[in-house]
Amino acid sequence: DIDDVGHRYHLELVLEDILDKDSTVNCTAEVLYHLGNKNIAPDVQFTIEGELKNTDEADNIFYNRIKSLEKELVAENIPDSHGNVSPEMEPIRLLAWVASGYVIWQNSTENTKFQLAQIKHVKQVKRSDEYLEFDYIVLLHEMVSQEIIPWQMTVLWHPQHGVQVTQDSRHPKHA
Amino acid sequence: MKILLVFAALVAAACGEQLFVGDQVLRITASNEEQIALLRVLGEQVELQLDFWRHPTSPGHPTDLRVPFPSLQAVKIFLESNSISYSIMIEDVQELLDEEKKSMMTSRRIERSTSMFDFASYHTIDEIYDWMDMLVDDHPSLVSKIQIGQSYENRPLYVLKFSTGGSNRPAIWLDTGIHSREWITQAIGIWTTNKIAKEYGRDPSVTAILDSMDIFFEIVTNPDGYAFTHSSNRMWRKTRSINAGSHCIGVDPNRNWDAGFGGYGSSSNPCSETYRGPYAHSEREVKAIVDFIRGHGNVKSVISIHSYSQMLLFPYGYKTAPAPNHQELNELAKKAVSDLAAVYGTKYTYGSTIDTIYMADGTTIDWAYDNGVKYSFTFELRDTGHYGFLLPSSQIIPTATETWPALLDIMVHVLEHPY
Repeated sequence: DIDDVGHRYHLELVLEDILDKDSTVNCTAEVLYHLGNKNIAPDVQFTIEGELKNTDEADNIFYNRIKSLEKELVAENIPDSHGNVSPEMEPIRLLAWVASGYVIWQNSTENTKFQLAQIKHVKQVKRSDEYLEFDYIVLLHEMVSQEIIPWQMTVLWHPQHGVQVTQDSRHPKHA
Repeated sequence: MKILLVFAALVAAACGEQLFVGDQVLRITASNEEQIALLRVLGEQVELQLDFWRHPTSPGHPTDLRVPFPSLQAVKIFLESNSISYSIMIEDVQELLDEEKKSMMTSRRIERSTSMFDFASYHTIDEIYDWMDMLVDDHPSLVSKIQIGQSYENRPLYVLKFSTGGSNRPAIWLDTGIHSREWITQAIGIWTTNKIAKEYGRDPSVTAILDSMDIFFEIVTNPDGYAFTHSSNRMWRKTRSINAGSHCIGVDPNRNWDAGFGGYGSSSNPCSETYRGPYAHSEREVKAIVDFIRGHGNVKSVISIHSYSQMLLFPYGYKTAPAPNHQELNELAKKAVSDLAAVYGTKYTYGSTIDTIYMADGTTIDWAYDNGVKYSFTFELRDTGHYGFLLPSSQIIPTATETWPALLDIMVHVLEHPY
């Protein structure tokens, strides 16, 4: 408890590579939830003890594949109802997962627990520069209220420059 | 001919048999026209009840003749005395028919038997209801299907009853699928009920349990919701009841029970996923279970299965005060979770609902507990959010396999601690 400021948490966690369960890295973090104003994202400071795996090869394969598509990529319902994700869509799913991490951070309070539930719709936006751009509508599941919240996010990605969420907003719920 | 008449009389004396026991099929080869003519005449003896499968046509071409057992001697003597060559093609027609019938039954069974059901995929409500009938068919002395009520949209609410006899034995209640989007749970329900049926008489624990207790298992606890997740919205959680004065549909069936009903752990807004309903037990799906358990009067454990979060929870969710036997429930949960982890390393947390997950009022297990059911647990199955409700079907069997020892731990404890 920090008077007039908020609540600070000290965390010790282990990061696990979802593509390689045996690859783990320790991490410490400080999270500060601001008192009162719920519109400010919590402050996060972290230190990673060690190195994250190099993914250049897989990144470049994905990058080149998308760059060379004749028509812009469009897809829906990833995973599908049965939890299936086609191999070609797996990187699209992982990208959404990372990007939604940012959205979740920006919208979290001490009383929320968000997870990415599903990609409802994803559409590639052709760009003249070297970046890949995807326009996602995702469903976020909030654990405490159990609500499923549609969320729009515009995601930029480049193998060397990483992920950026340039625009995001709560998406109006359709009937 | 005289001989034939004698035997014809014998045949007439024998009463009409519909079976073909001892009947033979002879392959006869007539060597000239005279023998062909003889065979035709033979066939005209109605009393012999001969049945040509291949009629006598011309010399050298086989004549196939089914001869009823009573006429066998007569026909063979006739053929031999006229030097008409023959061989026995079928020694016993009935035996052949029996073999064929058996093999047809086997192949039909293979299509219909529970051992060929695809446990590793998610199924529609009709497929599940059909499978339940197959399970009952395959284990008629152990499993029966009962209907405890109807859903809002008038779907039957079916419960599988496992019983080896007795009268109103102490019972264990399990339910899956109360929240329709939690598909892994209905899938676990199918696998687990199949497992229970298979293991009776083989696994000592299952056998001990069912020798003294009954098990009631409701697999599709929220059929309207489940149908909706297939037809329209995979993320549907609640029932499908219409809410007066609102365009929003459905009540959270796990906030609708009369235990701490109406507190902060549920919502008064019909549009909310945790809407408690207009009053406790307003939902037919909930009322049916309430009536069943109350009416039964001897239910000793309620295990309600949900996903996701990988947790094993016990009362209370509606208040922070520990349950009277908190210590015992905590120890049992600890053991169950440890045995679950031993299978594939899947880690569960455990504790009271309010301590472990969040405040929730009007829940199934709190109601059961407050109504005398000492051993009430909620499972939150895989995973912890990576796939969430959309758990890949490849994880169905691993999830079922690891959860099984945990369920058994609870059921064995209930058996060994009668009250």
